[in-house]
Amino acid sequence: MRSAAVTTTWSTHEQPSRHLEDAALKTALDARLQAPELGRRTSLWPATAAVYSAQLARVKVARGPLLFVATLQSLGIMLLVRGVVGRHDRLASSAVVAGSTVLVVAFVALNLLAQRFGALRAARALDYYAALPIPTAAVVLGAAASYATVTVPGVVITAVTGTALYGLSFVHLWLLLPVVVVSATALAGVGAALGLAAPRAELATVAGQLAMTAVLFLAVIPPSHLPLVLRAIRVIVPSTLAVDAFAAGLRGSATFGGVAWRLGVTLAYGVVALAIAGASFRRAQGS
Amino acid sequence: MSSNNGPSAPAYAVTGVHKAYGRDRVPANDGIDLEVKPGEVFGLLGPNGAGKSTLVRQLVGLIPPDRGQIRLFGIDLVAHPRDAARVVSYLAQDEPALAELTVHHAVATTARLRGEPKRQANATADQLVDELGLDDIAARPLLRLSGGERRLACVASALAADRPVLILDEPTTGLDPTARRRVWSALTRRRAQRGTTVVLVTHNVIEAESVLDRVAVLDRGRVIACDTPGRLKAAVSDDVRLDLVWRADPPLHDATVALLMPHAHISGRRWTLRLPQLEAREALGRLTSGEAWAALDDFTLATPSLEDVYLALGGRDDDLEHA
Repeated sequence: MRSAAVTTTWSTHEQPSRHLEDAALKTALDARLQAPELGRRTSLWPATAAVYSAQLARVKVARGPLLFVATLQSLGIMLLVRGVVGRHDRLASSAVVAGSTVLVVAFVALNLLAQRFGALRAARALDYYAALPIPTAAVVLGAAASYATVTVPGVVITAVTGTALYGLSFVHLWLLLPVVVVSATALAGVGAALGLAAPRAELATVAGQLAMTAVLFLAVIPPSHLPLVLRAIRVIVPSTLAVDAFAAGLRGSATFGGVAWRLGVTLAYGVVALAIAGASFRRAQGS
Repeated sequence: MSSNNGPSAPAYAVTGVHKAYGRDRVPANDGIDLEVKPGEVFGLLGPNGAGKSTLVRQLVGLIPPDRGQIRLFGIDLVAHPRDAARVVSYLAQDEPALAELTVHHAVATTARLRGEPKRQANATADQLVDELGLDDIAARPLLRLSGGERRLACVASALAADRPVLILDEPTTGLDPTARRRVWSALTRRRAQRGTTVVLVTHNVIEAESVLDRVAVLDRGRVIACDTPGRLKAAVSDDVRLDLVWRADPPLHDATVALLMPHAHISGRRWTLRLPQLEAREALGRLTSGEAWAALDDFTLATPSLEDVYLALGGRDDDLEHA
């Protein structure tokens, strides 16, 4: 078939050289014009890897200052609380160190990611991803993973410093790895959902800040020092069980079953949060 | 997977598309009907707020129409909006998602997200960087580039991992003439080699006249004309445009000037008139031979442009870009 348009569009008055081009074009087009094949959808993991790589490149630009603030905040809290929590109170000490460690993750994966997605939504930058043949989850996962990645140095510094400061056990410090992975998944999922659901970028920032404040108070302060009401509310903070699992490891009282259950629930929390973030993405993009 | 439509299926068939925003449901698109043929360069021309970008976002499947139907090579995009991404490459007016990436990384990322393996995506980025003359800035983040350089980088990104349809929302805004030529060469090459269909949004009349096969003129959310630029201009070819630029206040005591004034669109010292050829020549003859000549700073007698078509069809007269 073809295409009267190419051959009839231009008069010599408009574009003297165009007729020659159009003759060649017509020949080429006549051979090629047919309904095209639909391109493949890019599957989840390659798309996530590409988003991760792109987001990591941008996060790296601000990595130093971000980590400095996030780590300094947690180190400061541990030093401050060290004055009121004695080394003998291992329950409280382990809770403070575990909570402060996960707070580094919360600062970046929850607070900053909420801001990032809020800004992307406000700038209509989600259109870029929405116009690509990729699963929505890849955008959320890739961004969340990149933000979680940059927290690693700060998390290690905080955990090691806190463990030494409070005289806790280094034996189960390996727990840090699964704890960071699952808590980052959960917190990043919540951060992304908040950022994507907020109708304005400013509201996304406020929501991220409030959520991080909740993590700060409810995860860092030992549960035994909280009023009963707040102890109940503590459960809804996504990283609580991961904090508890890490705290048990720092006390040397972790059991495989207990850790697996707590981390499993946190991971499930993360999966649900990421799914909500994905739904929020689609809703935000269509608005 | 094929879209199982014969070669005769139009690239786009848009029927009765309505889209309104806000509580007041202000219509951005108000009953759009148009058809884009495979392999053509089709333009959407209109002033700011005419509804071009809203229409484009629906063509890409980013937002659904309130009413109406959009088919892409026969695929129902209202029912399957995500399928658009498998056929269409879209360049938005701005791409803030890429801002912090280097030019090469932005192009390679887009290629990867369109399904190319990492190594192939890097090769694609190398080729596009070279094709569009971006070598010197390939390692620089987009946000550190000038507006024109950034736009060119975004065009390169849109061209990554070839798609049969390109939808480009003002792709050459801010580009210098050399960069514009590179963009149009790249598009012409793809069209000749692969039969790529291009839908171009512009409010630049000159560009619209020189690169489009057909153009839909939009105003207030409606298509007020759709044809080749040549045929659209032929429709108003009995008229010519007379531009008069006065040094200071026009001499209204001159009979010819007074006669012309009610018919002129006045913008500062510039008067623009659309007149039948004979009347225009006669008016210009009187102006250049009479007392008004001394008050004239400049004058132009021109054949109709798409802007004249737009004005003749009742479009607003202050928003189209001339250069």
